[in-house]
Amino acid sequence: MRLALDLFTVLAVSAGAFFFLAGTVGLLRFPDVLTRLHALTKADNLGLGLIVLGLLPRAEGPLAALKLLAVWLFALLAAATVAQLVARVALRRNGRSPGGSAAG
Amino acid sequence: MAEFLVAAAAFLLITVAAGLVRILQGPTAADRMMAAQLLGTGGIAVVLLLAAAAERPAAVDVALVLALLAAFAAVAFVKGATSSGSGDPELPEDDRG
Amino acid sequence: MNGAWLLLDLVLVPMILAAALCAVGARAQFTGIVFYIVYGLLLALAWVRLGAENVALAEAAIGAGLTGVLLLGALARLPAAAPAEPGADGSPGTALRLAAAILCAALALGLGAAVLALPEPAPGLADVAAAHLPATGLGNPVTAVLLVWRGYDTLLEVVVLLLALLGVWSLTPDPLWGGVPGPRHRTRPEGVLVFLGRVLPPAGLLVGAHVFWAGADRPGGAFQAGTILAAVWLLAIMAGLTDAPAVRGLALRLVLVGGPAVFLGVGLAGLATAGAFLGYPPDFVKPLVVLVEAALTLSIAVTLGLLVAGAPERPPR
Repeated sequence: MRLALDLFTVLAVSAGAFFFLAGTVGLLRFPDVLTRLHALTKADNLGLGLIVLGLLPRAEGPLAALKLLAVWLFALLAAATVAQLVARVALRRNGRSPGGSAAG
Repeated sequence: MAEFLVAAAAFLLITVAAGLVRILQGPTAADRMMAAQLLGTGGIAVVLLLAAAAERPAAVDVALVLALLAAFAAVAFVKGATSSGSGDPELPEDDRG
Repeated sequence: MNGAWLLLDLVLVPMILAAALCAVGARAQFTGIVFYIVYGLLLALAWVRLGAENVALAEAAIGAGLTGVLLLGALARLPAAAPAEPGADGSPGTALRLAAAILCAALALGLGAAVLALPEPAPGLADVAAAHLPATGLGNPVTAVLLVWRGYDTLLEVVVLLLALLGVWSLTPDPLWGGVPGPRHRTRPEGVLVFLGRVLPPAGLLVGAHVFWAGADRPGGAFQAGTILAAVWLLAIMAGLTDAPAVRGLALRLVLVGGPAVFLGVGLAGLATAGAFLGYPPDFVKPLVVLVEAALTLSIAVTLGLLVAGAPERPPR
């Protein structure tokens, strides 16, 4: 049983790490802001979810497991809203660098 | 098992470190902000892995706080990007950018 | 066991240094701010790695929650063409920069040498603190140090926060004195910002209460909890769901001074009950500490929130 659970943890955490890698590749390689945004907010949150899933069997009890899930839910909420808002800003700027003090 | 979790945390750190490059390169402010967001999510995962590896459940609270506040910098960013500094990118009258 | 941790350190430490260098050296202010936010996050990771969850919690709440909002808000108010080029009006010349660099490098080297010269194990009061922890009834040695053994420091710290707020308020133009800080935020009624502003603050209240309550026995405490509460309060303001309060409100000022006042009151009572200022009667250490922390949490939350909100910009309603 212990071995099976450890194996589960290894598999889920490895899969999570893979999606983080995918998110980074997207961030570095995709051609424009909106596609990069898309790669990031989806891939890294799937990665975080898989890592949370992998750590669940190691949680000390139901409450600790619930806390792990809450971490993921908060991160999902943040990513979904931030992606939406930042995409609006990016769309409005229509690809050009923001003017004034915010310029890169 | 602990070594695997720590090694996974190190791998994740290397992965999200690439986000630092995107912050440097930009080109747009949105790119830089989103790269910081990637480091934030990756950081949460690293904290969770270290908490499990070192068997320090209190560290999960750190991840909880990081996740709860993950959107804050980006919200301040989109606020500052509106013409008045206090608007909403979803409002048409702020669409003077 | 050590191999994986060493690998982690070898990745984390250069990242911290790189983020710090980029935050200082970035040519555009916005880029510097983003690097600074990332730097705070990495520091929180480092504290977790060192097993210092109390500090990590504070760094996470301040770095992720408040610093970003504060710096990005400040940037949005700067004139668009703020001089960023070196050499422009009044910015330091090469000689001054060189002198600053040499002094900083000397300081860094000195600190490094001092750390390396420390005897092993480093001298400290950790053992004494651990030995006397049971007498306090508290489980978290950091809370015991902050509120029982070094109460002076903590009391002065919260007073300094209050003074900092007075400093910010003193920037108010005369006609607006006692008014409302910051602009009134407008948002699309059923938009994403409003959604976030409705969902996160209740969750933040819960997490804040958890961190405050946990502080007696596990990592957590008034500063961390207060910072979380301040952050979600600011979010509700930025989402346009509520407005910042006029700073002349009596209730607001009572909350602001409530924490230091309760702390001072308990400290003075210690003169009678325990024979020393900031002493606690032996059987009531934990309840009194929790009482002080509760009052401090509220005061710190409101103080930090108003510090980020800034000086009043609108007349009192």
